[in-house]
Amino acid sequence: MAEKEVKLMKGNEVIAHAAIRYGCDGYFGYPITPQSEVMETLMEMKPWETTGMVVLQAESEISSINMLYGGAATGKRVMTSSSSPGISLMAEGISYLAGAELPCLIINCQRGGPGLGTIQPSQGDYFQATKGGGHGDYHLIVLAPNSVQEMHDHVAEAFDLAFKYRNPAMILADGAIGQMMEKVVLAPQRPRKTDEETRAAARAWAVYGKPADRERNIVTSLELQSEKMEIINRRLQAKYRELEENEVRYEAIACDDAEYVIVAFGSSARICSATVEMARAEGLKVGLLRPITLYPFPKRQIAELAARGVKGFLSAELNAGQMVEDVRLAVNGKAPVAHYGRQGGMLFNPDEVLEALKRQLINK
Amino acid sequence: MAEVEIKAENRVYAKPRLILDNTMHYCPGCSHGTVHKLVAEVIDELGLAERTIGISPVGCSVFAYNYIDIDWIEAAHGRALAVATAAKRLNPDRMVFTYQGDGDLSAIGTAESIHAAARGENVVAIYINNAIYGMTGGQMAPTTLLGMKTATTPYGRDPRLNGYPYKIAEMLAHLDGATYITRQSVHKPANVRKCKAAIKKAFQHAMDGEGFSLVEVVSTCNSGWKLSPVAANEWLEQHMLPYYPLGDIKDEKLDPTR
Repeated sequence: MAEKEVKLMKGNEVIAHAAIRYGCDGYFGYPITPQSEVMETLMEMKPWETTGMVVLQAESEISSINMLYGGAATGKRVMTSSSSPGISLMAEGISYLAGAELPCLIINCQRGGPGLGTIQPSQGDYFQATKGGGHGDYHLIVLAPNSVQEMHDHVAEAFDLAFKYRNPAMILADGAIGQMMEKVVLAPQRPRKTDEETRAAARAWAVYGKPADRERNIVTSLELQSEKMEIINRRLQAKYRELEENEVRYEAIACDDAEYVIVAFGSSARICSATVEMARAEGLKVGLLRPITLYPFPKRQIAELAARGVKGFLSAELNAGQMVEDVRLAVNGKAPVAHYGRQGGMLFNPDEVLEALKRQLINK
Repeated sequence: MAEVEIKAENRVYAKPRLILDNTMHYCPGCSHGTVHKLVAEVIDELGLAERTIGISPVGCSVFAYNYIDIDWIEAAHGRALAVATAAKRLNPDRMVFTYQGDGDLSAIGTAESIHAAARGENVVAIYINNAIYGMTGGQMAPTTLLGMKTATTPYGRDPRLNGYPYKIAEMLAHLDGATYITRQSVHKPANVRKCKAAIKKAFQHAMDGEGFSLVEVVSTCNSGWKLSPVAANEWLEQHMLPYYPLGDIKDEKLDPTR
């Protein structure tokens, strides 16, 4: 067996390595802190000379996301990365990608808002990522990594899910995961698909020049007849139900006998795993439910914990309370649900979360 | 009615092979139909039918994909040249062109247009300039002439209120990556023939990797202008052409050393 390739890397750098190794066809992006290392790393690695991957610095995030639309429409594996204000600029294009059912990967290395906000980490874009973000009824597939290793692994996973469901996928990271350095095991290099392989796989829908033996393909999100547009919407909704049924990913830490459960994702979940250890050391039966897919959300798993008799849930997030709404919907009144958060680029400490848990739930 | 067989030597005109039978939604007298026909003919004559990716805009020609029998992408408003950039870079053996109006290419999509041209993308933009927003009901476009009445300049375009029109073709000609820039019209048969030659040259230019091309077609919007088709053609000649003069603005090859 070949020896594992282990490196010490930043979360943002590893995105570039993972994309090349996955056989990604194109990256289109625009610089913004705290994720600029993604494109810098790609430009330094020059994958166009090895795998043939295209890397292009666009004039704006609006342009990058529309480049994704053009690349994805031809059946290629394309991606972009940005941070919160840049993702807001992409919202229209993301809606078009969802409407035209184009697979692609978007990485949001979140920073604090609103507006220009701060360049420090935040989870303030949970609503934007999981509820659509642009206009119309749609969802992205949203993965939330809590380590540099997961930043790496989620690139392949998000692309696979995006192509399986023909839907844009997002990795919702934050400035902390993007900037921190950690050990990572790199995947082996996969050969990038040839044009022929790509076109054969996406023959039913992709646009690459109409061969004589098939009808022309049209990539569009437009349908002026309401009766037909409703049918398209129903098809999209059926796809989202299928995602909710089959693709929920989560991690449960010490939840089996837990009386109180912290729900947290990404960098907050990392902090809260230490909170669980501290609580357990004090004899408090506290567990951590970490959604790995934010959409589809592990609502059934949370509902089961509530039905099992968990006495309270604390949604710990680096925002003013966004995921807590989904936790409340899942718990559906069976137990108290509280939120603890920091904003503006501030992180919380594990003991701060434990104190909040005691104050808001255990000792209430 | 029985099919009448016409001998090849007697045939002076035929519907282009790539034009589909779908009923066109364009108003009678509109230039779009003629330009569609020219694009379809050029694609077929260059043998590119199986290798062409068309990109339609938002505006009257949003449904261009209903009329020419090739693969199409329908882009968001103004973003066609960003879409084209990736489609071409990821499929360099393909012919990629956009078909955009003046609102799409030179108002909301100005940044995408300028940067695709500046990068020297090997794509063609067919730019229909009829000085008005047709689809939304005749509002002012960036290309609306001074004094021209539209739904949003009901008393005529006043530069103090509405700013001046501008010529994006001349602006793009300053860019090293933009190598073939031309302005044509289709209001007379001779102009139709010249326009077709220009489109063909642009497509060849893109396939040869010679950089970005823009074919502006000064067009009529008789519904928006509230003129009959014939009067619109006359108005175009009297008012549009003095401000938007016809002919090649730039005809060069890409020079990577510059």
